[in-house]
Amino acid sequence: MDWYLKPSGFFALKRMDLQRCKKVCPSGVSYYLLTLILGCLFLSQAASASETFLMPLGPVAEEQKVHFFWAMALTMVAILPVFILVPVILFKYRRKKGRGFYAPKWETYGPLELIMWGVPFLVIIVLSVMLWRATARLDPYKEIQGVVPPIKVQVVGLDWKWLFIYPELDIATVGELVVPVHTPISMILTSDTVMQSFFISALAGQIYVMPGMTTQLNFIASKTGETEGENTQYTGDGFADQKFNVQVVNSDNFDRWVQRVHSTGIELSTENYNRLAQRTTKKQAHGELATAQMPEKVIYFTLPGTQLFHEIVMRYHSGKPLSIEDQPGTEKFGRGKEDVEGVQP
Amino acid sequence: MSATEHGWLGKLSWESLVFSNFLESPSINEAVASAAGSLVILASIAILGLLTWYRLWGPLWRDWLTSTDHKKIGIMYIVFAIVMLVRGLLEGMVMRAQQAAAPDGFLHADHFAQLFSTHGTIMVFFVAVPFLVGLINFAMPLQIGARDVAFPVLNQISLAVTVSSGILLMVSLVVGQFSTGGWSAYPPYTGGDFSPGVGPDYWIWAIVFSGAGTTLTGINFTVTVYKCRGPGMHLFRMPLFCWTVLCASILMIFAMPPLSVAALMLGLDRYLDFHFFTNDLGGNMMNYANLFWLFGHPEVYLLVLPAYGIFSEVFSTYSAKTLYGYKSLVIATMCIAILSFTVWLHHFFTMGQSPTINIAFGIATMLIAVPTGVKVYDWMATMYRGRIRFTTPMVYAIGFLILFVIGGLSGVILANPTVDFQVHNTLFLVAHFHNVLIPGVLFGILAGYNYWFPKAFGFRLNDKLGRLSAYLWFAGFMLTFFPLYVAGLLGMPRRSFTYADLTFKPYMIVAFIGAMVVLAALITLVVQFLVSIRDRHKTRVPVGDPWDGRSLEWASPAPVPAYNFVELPTVTDRDEFSEAKEHGRAYQRPKNYRDIELPKNNPLGFILCVTSGILMFALVWYIWWLALISALAILIAVIASTFRKETEYIIPASQLEKDTEAWLALVEKSEAVSRDLEDSPRNVGYSKLEL
Repeated sequence: MDWYLKPSGFFALKRMDLQRCKKVCPSGVSYYLLTLILGCLFLSQAASASETFLMPLGPVAEEQKVHFFWAMALTMVAILPVFILVPVILFKYRRKKGRGFYAPKWETYGPLELIMWGVPFLVIIVLSVMLWRATARLDPYKEIQGVVPPIKVQVVGLDWKWLFIYPELDIATVGELVVPVHTPISMILTSDTVMQSFFISALAGQIYVMPGMTTQLNFIASKTGETEGENTQYTGDGFADQKFNVQVVNSDNFDRWVQRVHSTGIELSTENYNRLAQRTTKKQAHGELATAQMPEKVIYFTLPGTQLFHEIVMRYHSGKPLSIEDQPGTEKFGRGKEDVEGVQP
Repeated sequence: MSATEHGWLGKLSWESLVFSNFLESPSINEAVASAAGSLVILASIAILGLLTWYRLWGPLWRDWLTSTDHKKIGIMYIVFAIVMLVRGLLEGMVMRAQQAAAPDGFLHADHFAQLFSTHGTIMVFFVAVPFLVGLINFAMPLQIGARDVAFPVLNQISLAVTVSSGILLMVSLVVGQFSTGGWSAYPPYTGGDFSPGVGPDYWIWAIVFSGAGTTLTGINFTVTVYKCRGPGMHLFRMPLFCWTVLCASILMIFAMPPLSVAALMLGLDRYLDFHFFTNDLGGNMMNYANLFWLFGHPEVYLLVLPAYGIFSEVFSTYSAKTLYGYKSLVIATMCIAILSFTVWLHHFFTMGQSPTINIAFGIATMLIAVPTGVKVYDWMATMYRGRIRFTTPMVYAIGFLILFVIGGLSGVILANPTVDFQVHNTLFLVAHFHNVLIPGVLFGILAGYNYWFPKAFGFRLNDKLGRLSAYLWFAGFMLTFFPLYVAGLLGMPRRSFTYADLTFKPYMIVAFIGAMVVLAALITLVVQFLVSIRDRHKTRVPVGDPWDGRSLEWASPAPVPAYNFVELPTVTDRDEFSEAKEHGRAYQRPKNYRDIELPKNNPLGFILCVTSGILMFALVWYIWWLALISALAILIAVIASTFRKETEYIIPASQLEKDTEAWLALVEKSEAVSRDLEDSPRNVGYSKLEL
C-alpha cells in the first residue's frame, strides 16, 4: 500500500500534474489525507474477499482505485476550508458572546471573490487533465497489449445469469468465469433480454449490455485469485442472485480447466440455449441442465459451432416483429414468475 | 388491446385488490402490502369523517379548494408534499429493514422493487417538487411585491394535476401493483413485453400529468418574475431566492418536456404497440436513456436551486447581515442552470460510447462544482462578520453547508468516468444522490418551512423541537447513508433486495438504525407542529416580522392578507425592508386607499383534479368508456370556464383602511424586541433596530 509514495510510477499522470497538485496543496495535506482515508476504508472492511476495486486483481481496477483517491484528495483542497472555517466562523461570530467585528453591510471584496472562483477552478482544471488522460487510457474498448495474445470471451446477459462463450476454445460456461493470469482478456458483450450491466469490480469495472447491440470490455489480471462478478442493473425477481464466480489461475490450471469443461460439458445446442435463456436463476438452470460432474450452480457447455453469439445479436435485426414467445426474458418465453427459486423468503 | 377483451371494468378484477393476495396466500410480504393499502383507505375515511363531523366542507370548498390565492395554493402544495413525504419515508424504512434483515428478509423481490420505484418517484416528483413549488408560491410574489402570480387559475390547475397524480400513486397501493422498473423506468424492462402488468402504466400517467403541471408552473413563475415585479424592483434588486426561482422555472420549462415525451413514447410502445424502445424492429432503449436524463439532470438543479435560494435568505437573516457576493451568487446560479443541460450523459458513462464523449461530459460535470463551490464560500462569507443566531432554519443551513460538501465531493468523484465504471449502479451512487438531495433539498425545504411558517399562519413554530428535529435529521442522515458509501465501494449493487455476501450486513444494520433516527426526526417534526398549535397564543406574531427580516415579505402583517400589500411598495434597495426599517420608512400609513382587484375563486382546478384523476385511473386499467367520458369532461370544463366573465372581485378601500389602521395601531402599541428575545412570547413580530 505504498503507492502514494511514488505516484508518478503508478499513475501515467506524470510529473507536471504532480507539481501542479503540490502547488495547489503545498503542505502535503493530500498525502496525509490519503493515508488517513485509506486507513479508515481498509480497517472498515477488514478481511473480506477481493470483491472490490479497492483490492484489485489487475491493473485496470488498480488504476481506477488510484484515480478514485486522487480525485478525492484534490477535491479536498476546495472542501477542507469549509470543514475548518465554518466552525471557526460560527464560534467567533455567534450572537451570544461572539467577539467578532460586525459589518452588516459588507457585501463584496474583490480579492476574496478571486479566491472563491479561482481555487475551485484551478482544482477542476487539474482534475480535468487527470480525467482526460485516465479516461482515454482506461477506455474499456482499448485492447490491452500483453506478452501473449488476448483470449476472446463472448458474454451474453440472460435472465438471471451470465453466459460466457470462449469461441476459440469451443467451450462456454454459466456461473463461472475462469481466466489465466497475465493474459489480456478481450470481451464482447450483448444481452438476450433487457438491458443489464456487466461488472467485475476487482478487474475492470462495468459496461452495459443491450439486446441487439454489442459492447466491449478489456482487462488483464496481474495476480491469481478469486472474486465475484455481477449484474448491477435491476432486471426483475432473480436480479440479486445474478452473480458469478471469477477465478484468475495460472496458465497450467487454465488449460486443465478448459480440458475439464470440454470433457464434462453438455452441448450448447439451440434447444439447450432456449432452456438456459428462460427466466431462471443459475441454480434453477443448473438443476435443469447440469450433470453431476459440474460444480454447484455452474454449467459447462461445449460449442457445436461458433455462430451462437452472432445469432443472438442478430435475433433483433431480422426486420420482422418478434412475438413475446420468441423473446428470451419475457414470462411467456420461460415460465411464470411463481417458479423462481429464492424469491420467497 | 381492445375493450372487448377485458369487459366493462377493463383489467380490473377482484384479484387486482391488494387484499386478495393476502387472503389467498398470507405472508409477511403480503401483510406489509395489505397494511399499506389499509392505511391509505383508513386515512382517507378518517379525513372525510373529520371534515364532515366538524362541518368543514363549506369552508374547505370556499377558502381552499376553489381559492386562486397564491399563498393558499402554496400551502395546499406543501400539505400534499408532507403527506407524500410520510409515505416516501416509510417506504425507505421498510427497504432499510429488508436489507438489514437480509439474507433472511421478509419481502418478496417484486415487492421490494415496487418500493424502490415508488420511493424514488414519490420523493422526486411528489415531495421535493411540490414542497418547493409550494414555498415558491407562498414567498416569491411577496418578495417581489406582487399581488399574485401571473396566472392564478393556471396555478390552480398545476396543483390539481400534481395532486391527482399523487392520488393515483396512493391508489396503486390498494389496486394493482406499481412499476418495478425504478423511478427512471428504463425500457425494455418497463415495456409491454417484459412488464405486462399495469405497474409501468401507473408510472407513465402519474409522470405525464404531474410533469405537465410542473411545466405550467414553470411558465407561471417565469412570467411572474419577469412581468409582475413591484415598482422599483429591478432584477438585481430581487432577493436571491427569486433569482433561484427564476432559474429553476426556466429549467422546469425546458427540462420537463423531454420527460413527458419519453414517458408518452413508452406509453405508445405499451398501449399501441409502437417500437420506440422495444428490442425488436429497430427500437432502441438508448434513446430513452438520453431523453430521460436530458430531463433528469436539470431536474436535480431544478430542485436544489430554490433550496439554495432559501439558504441564502436564511444565512443573511440569521447572521443579521446583507448577503455576501450577491452578484457572484446570481452569476453562479445562472451558470449552474445552463451547465445543468450539458451533463446528462454522466448518468450512463458505462453505455459504451467513445471515451471522447465521456471526457467531454465528465469535464462539464466537474465544472458545475465551480459555481457550487462559490456559493458555499459566499454563504460562509455571509456569516463572517455577522451576528449568528442558532435558530432552527439556521441549524438546517449549517448542517447543509457541512454535509452538502461531502455530497459534492462524491459528486466530483463520480464525474470521473474512470471511477464511475466502478461505482455506477452501486450503493455509492445511492449514497451520493441522497447526500445531495437530503442536505441540499430536504434541509432547504424544512428550513423554509420553519422560516416562513409564522408569515403564513401568524404564529411561530416551536424552536427547541425544531432544532431537535434538525439534529435528528443530521444524525439519521449520516448513519443511514455514510455506510452506503462504503457498501457501494465494496461492490453492493443498488436495488438488491437481498445479498449473499455477509460483508455488507454490518453496514446495512447501521443504515437501518439511521433510518430509525430519521423516523424519530419525522415524529419530532409532527410533535413540533402539534405543540406549536397548542402554544399558538404565546407565539403570535401579528406585526409580521419575527426574524428581523430583510426582504419585502416581512413588511406585511402575519398572516398576510389576501391582497398582500395595501399599496405596492416602491423598492429602492436590495434589502428593501431592512433599509426601510433603518430609515424609518417601514410601517407607514399609505397616502390614500384604493380599491384592489383580486382573482375570484374558481372551481376549475378542483374539477380538473377529479376528472384527470379518473382519466388516469381509466387509462391504467383499460376502461376506455370511462377514459373517454373523463377526457370529454376535462375538455368541457376548460371550455366552459372561458365563458366566465366576472373573474375578479373588489376589496373596497374602506376595508383596506380598516385593516391597515388596526394593524398600524397594533404596531404602535407593540414592543420592539431585540434578537435575544426572538424565541420568547414577547416577540410579536416587531423587531428592534440593532446596528
